[in-house]
Amino acid sequence: MSVREFDVAILRDTVEELCGKLACVLPDDVHDAIEQALEHEDSTVARHVLEDLLLNCEIAAEESVPMCQDTGMVVVFLDVGFDVRFSGNPYEAINEGVRRGYKKHVLRMSVVSDPLRRVNTGDNTPAMVTTRLVPGDHVTITMLCKGFGSENMSRLAMLLPADGEEGVRKFVIDTVAKAGPNACPPFVIGVGIGGTFDQVALAAKRALARPLTESNVDPFYAAMEQSLLAEINALGIGPQGFGGRATALGVAIEVLPTHIAGLPVAVNINCHAVRHIQEVL
Amino acid sequence: MSDKVETIRLQAPFTEGEARALKSGQRILLSGEIYSLRDAGHKRLVELIKHGEEPPITLENNVLYYVGPSPAKAGRALGSAGPTTSSRMDPYTPFLIKNGLRGMIGKGYRSDEVVAAMKEHGAVYFAAIGGAGALISRAIKEAEVIAWEDLGTEALRRLKVENMPVTVVIDTGGNNLYEVGPHIWLTRHHD
Repeated sequence: MSVREFDVAILRDTVEELCGKLACVLPDDVHDAIEQALEHEDSTVARHVLEDLLLNCEIAAEESVPMCQDTGMVVVFLDVGFDVRFSGNPYEAINEGVRRGYKKHVLRMSVVSDPLRRVNTGDNTPAMVTTRLVPGDHVTITMLCKGFGSENMSRLAMLLPADGEEGVRKFVIDTVAKAGPNACPPFVIGVGIGGTFDQVALAAKRALARPLTESNVDPFYAAMEQSLLAEINALGIGPQGFGGRATALGVAIEVLPTHIAGLPVAVNINCHAVRHIQEVL
Repeated sequence: MSDKVETIRLQAPFTEGEARALKSGQRILLSGEIYSLRDAGHKRLVELIKHGEEPPITLENNVLYYVGPSPAKAGRALGSAGPTTSSRMDPYTPFLIKNGLRGMIGKGYRSDEVVAAMKEHGAVYFAAIGGAGALISRAIKEAEVIAWEDLGTEALRRLKVENMPVTVVIDTGGNNLYEVGPHIWLTRHHD
């Protein structure tokens, strides 16, 4: 088994480039989902909003202006092959990429170094990085630039096993209904079920990183994603909360084994500006 | 309210009479001068007025836009400039409305206290489309920092806008598009 020497400058440069791309160019899967939502929308007010969102994407891409002023906090999932050896500190490389990317692409610096004393770091670092070791000699980077209008409306609950699927569904629907116009619908809803208090939130975040064109690999959860989406789109909240069908563009569920005594569930809401991307390095 | 959407041109600043003529659900193209202010700036403005000091702007008949823009690239007044969530400004807003504030632009719910002050003093709450910062930026022709430059993106700015697209969400009668809009859609679909 050979070890692959991995130059962390590749990681740095990738992050730098992706920061600008994600801020200004909506990924195709999300763009297509908004177009489909417009096709199915029957409220005039809602149609105006969806048309303006598509126009906003065009302007952002053409003029290299961020689609939303909240260019987010950088969330990175780094899957590292067992056989990879980094030439330096990969965390420093990621943060240097964020630092360069946010400056180069003239993005908003939205990160404070301390949650209570609140001093802006001035360069949008640090990124929130989760590392996982996987077989092979590749490094897979999954990146989100996460806005906080929707992050603030996300919730986590430790349900009882007796609450079951119905309890999970109710918690998801309640969370979306409470978020309403504050979180900039149409949403993408990331749902984590199972694991522990900490891991369920990460599962919900990972769900938001999955392309909207893909369903959960387990047909049971794929069906649950579809039925939850239908239920959410019967709430009537609509784009921007003005009333309409398109309250959500997609629901993605990720599950984990859990304890006999528990049923953790996390709902991570994303606004329509789902800035996600994955690259294998 | 029918499904037909009415579009109205409005010049800021505007009077109580003009505010009271606006109705929830109307699409507005707003032109004139407005001011950008959000979390930290609200705290400072309210403290100044409460201490009897001269605030950097008069509130009378003026409109505040809750926005923290991304920086401007060369040749632009501002970068991306969509609305932030209004509810964080709720603790300060009734006091500002009592002191003459006529309009607010943001996104999301307002508190009962804010709505009560709007009805009493004749103020209007508009929503700009959250996440449409590049589109809205085109309507902002000039931006000038008036005070609190140290707050960076949260500084108080005077914005010159032309045909900025906003929607009347809560009017001076307390009618709320966030309640009425979904209700109309649900009624139509459950008949």
